Amino acid sequence: MTNAYRDSKGRPLVAVTGLGVVTSLGQGKEDNWAALKTGRSGIRPITRFPTDGLRTTIAGTVEFLGIEPYSASALSAAMAIAAATEAIEQARIASSTFPGPLYLATPPAEIEWPQRRALYDASSTSTETGYKRLLAAARGSEWRELHAISQFASVAECVARRLGTRGLPVSVSTACASGATAIQLGVEAIRRGDTTAALCIGTDSSVQIEALIRFSLLSALSTRNDAPAEASRPFSKERDGFVMAEGAGALVLESYQAAIARGANVLGIVLGCGEKADDYHRTRSKPDGTAIIGAIRNAVADAGVDPGDIDYVNAHGTSTPENDKMEYMSLRAVLGDHLTTTPASSNKSMIGHTLSASGAIEAVFSLLTIQNGVLPPTINYVTPDPEIPIDAVANSARPAEVRTVLSNSFGFGGQNVCLVLGAPL
Amino acid sequence: MAKACDQVWITGIGLISSLGEGAALHWNKLCGAGTLRPVIDPQRFAPYTVHPLADIDFSKQIPRTSDQRQMERWQRIGVYAAGLALADADIAGDQELLEKTHLCIAAGNGERDIALDSRILAGNHADGAQGAYLNQNLATGLRPTLYLGQLSNLLAGNISIVHKATGSSRTFKGEEMAGASAVADAVNRIEAGQGEVFLVGGALNAEREDVLLGCELAGSLYSGPHHSVWQRRPQGGGLVPGSVGAFLVLEAAEHARRRGVVPYARISGIVSDRSRRRVGEASSVAASLFKDLRLNPANEDIGVLSGASGVEPATSEELQFLAELERQKFKPVVRAWGSALGHSLEAHFFAGLALASLAVSNDAFYPPFDAFEDKGDAKSHPDRVLVTTFGHWRGEALALVQSAW
Repeated sequence: MTNAYRDSKGRPLVAVTGLGVVTSLGQGKEDNWAALKTGRSGIRPITRFPTDGLRTTIAGTVEFLGIEPYSASALSAAMAIAAATEAIEQARIASSTFPGPLYLATPPAEIEWPQRRALYDASSTSTETGYKRLLAAARGSEWRELHAISQFASVAECVARRLGTRGLPVSVSTACASGATAIQLGVEAIRRGDTTAALCIGTDSSVQIEALIRFSLLSALSTRNDAPAEASRPFSKERDGFVMAEGAGALVLESYQAAIARGANVLGIVLGCGEKADDYHRTRSKPDGTAIIGAIRNAVADAGVDPGDIDYVNAHGTSTPENDKMEYMSLRAVLGDHLTTTPASSNKSMIGHTLSASGAIEAVFSLLTIQNGVLPPTINYVTPDPEIPIDAVANSARPAEVRTVLSNSFGFGGQNVCLVLGAPL
Repeated sequence: MAKACDQVWITGIGLISSLGEGAALHWNKLCGAGTLRPVIDPQRFAPYTVHPLADIDFSKQIPRTSDQRQMERWQRIGVYAAGLALADADIAGDQELLEKTHLCIAAGNGERDIALDSRILAGNHADGAQGAYLNQNLATGLRPTLYLGQLSNLLAGNISIVHKATGSSRTFKGEEMAGASAVADAVNRIEAGQGEVFLVGGALNAEREDVLLGCELAGSLYSGPHHSVWQRRPQGGGLVPGSVGAFLVLEAAEHARRRGVVPYARISGIVSDRSRRRVGEASSVAASLFKDLRLNPANEDIGVLSGASGVEPATSEELQFLAELERQKFKPVVRAWGSALGHSLEAHFFAGLALASLAVSNDAFYPPFDAFEDKGDAKSHPDRVLVTTFGHWRGEALALVQSAW
């Protein structure tokens, strides 16, 4: 069956009717887009916890939502709700309940050091040590607030309650590709006809001491602490790692037919999704790039477009030596000479790497790029890496007519997910 | 959308637990004569009891020691069980098939370095210097590889690396409901033609104080004298965790037929929801989910493999739901596998599906797992098995496993 509401493969077209975003640049599309357009960075020294003696002391934190005391789950939920509320309001789709399921990409849930210490100190008369003492303290009284922190489902539960989404909320993790996976889950559900609407969110609030040190020990983080705004330098020769950051991105997806039927304003189309797992190494891509290449190819094929149709690449562009090189090589393999004339910029140069949220946040920015006809720049692009001859939209935004965007997300554990996003029909 | 596939078949099972290794061993032990004796260790983590994993030679499925070193135990348990399932489905080593095998994994937190945590907690520090003290100890004490043992999605990552299954890889989270989400994703995609072969599963290493702490903070851990899941209510209820690795290969029937694979059973329904968990809500949500499965009572037995955890009030809510089935003229024969294997959180639902598949393919059902469970008709061999899971604090899901013939 072919009609105006179906794609070239006969599947229901998936429209985007609402977008919302929170990053270190601010809350909402307006503030974020204004900052991206002027090439402003949201990276700052960390003030959330003491950084004495650490190799990296900067991040793109979200401090303006007033979550006190900080916990990853409380901030994740607050950012997800803020972004989703903006998206739902724009879509004008819901009053008290959202008419579809929730797909949520979230960071790990675990007790953090302040809570662990508080628990330990709560049984100060105990002669026990270590976890025996923590367990005794946990047995001894109610720790309801810690319950939410230690259970993975808690962020989804909180968001589902607040927004009234349907059914069991689905929490997903594909590491730094999680946000894109959340969108893919929504797209697939709409294509199957399981639902006519889905709320897809990526949220991450991982700037806490242990996560920072763990990434640091993997030598993944930039150590340019003296000039935080200049630390994230995707595709530059002197890039030295990514900058951890927080944020949330939310998209209201609808079957195109349902969106048109209710007179919704269609902001864009999710044309295709592609994924491919890597079996090479826990933190590195296969040297020949086959898994990343496979994910890009699968996305382009799923979208039913030609590589030559891609007008702009919203790159994963983490600013690590490894990622940016592999991403270029893989883009080159799929886009060929077309890459020479295709701009590819990295939002992470300004907002840092928002980890589980990045795929969703960058999908939001990709659609804003289409909508505004302006390419956000890669800032700090002073010394291009000669091995990455790419049009990175150096340092200042540039007007351009964009109809089709490839948005890449790659994560530890061999996770590769790519989205092809298109202009409204 | 019309279904692209007529049936979703279970063509491989990988199961390891406190009882031992392999689908056949579990079937035999759980159906053996006499009362089942669960394998428990009440001492090591007293006052808590756990079901410890049987001795497993991990190198049989994870031959490279460098791979094993990069994993924490929960990942080794999962990668091992995943390997068993792939071998059972005759996929292991088939590069072409593995490249299109999709992973839907349920996972929670990875493992913490208990010794390091304990050392840091015990350390003396002036209040003002707490930050520097913590930073220094974490920066020098944390092992870089441990982080990879802690990332939820690295169970899937390690399965791709060790077994070369690389179609796609998705990790679902959220305790018991992660299992329901993973199975639903695979089943829905197979039915819609969005994939043909899926490896689904999860793993829990219950023998960890950090796992126990997470459960205790949720008020869900049982610490009384050992009882089956149905008999803990007088002591306030609670779960007894069990180490389990449970994986299944789910496959489009047509795909399995083409390669000549015989299925254990088929999954003919998977439904889930979340109730607010006010009194009576979980049982009524489950009842409405059951309606969605559109079963006809016809006064026939229905095997029920219950994922009850022993945690209250979820366990009592489930009993209410099961009683309601009887009022609807169903004759449920209920077995709670948590009494036998312990509760395995993210892996729990897969273990239930595996046991259901074994019952259907053996055309028989399990004897009671404890004295509370009704013996049922001795000749009972339900050709349909309902698998339930009420999350210990949220979420309700049901699956129906039926004969593929």
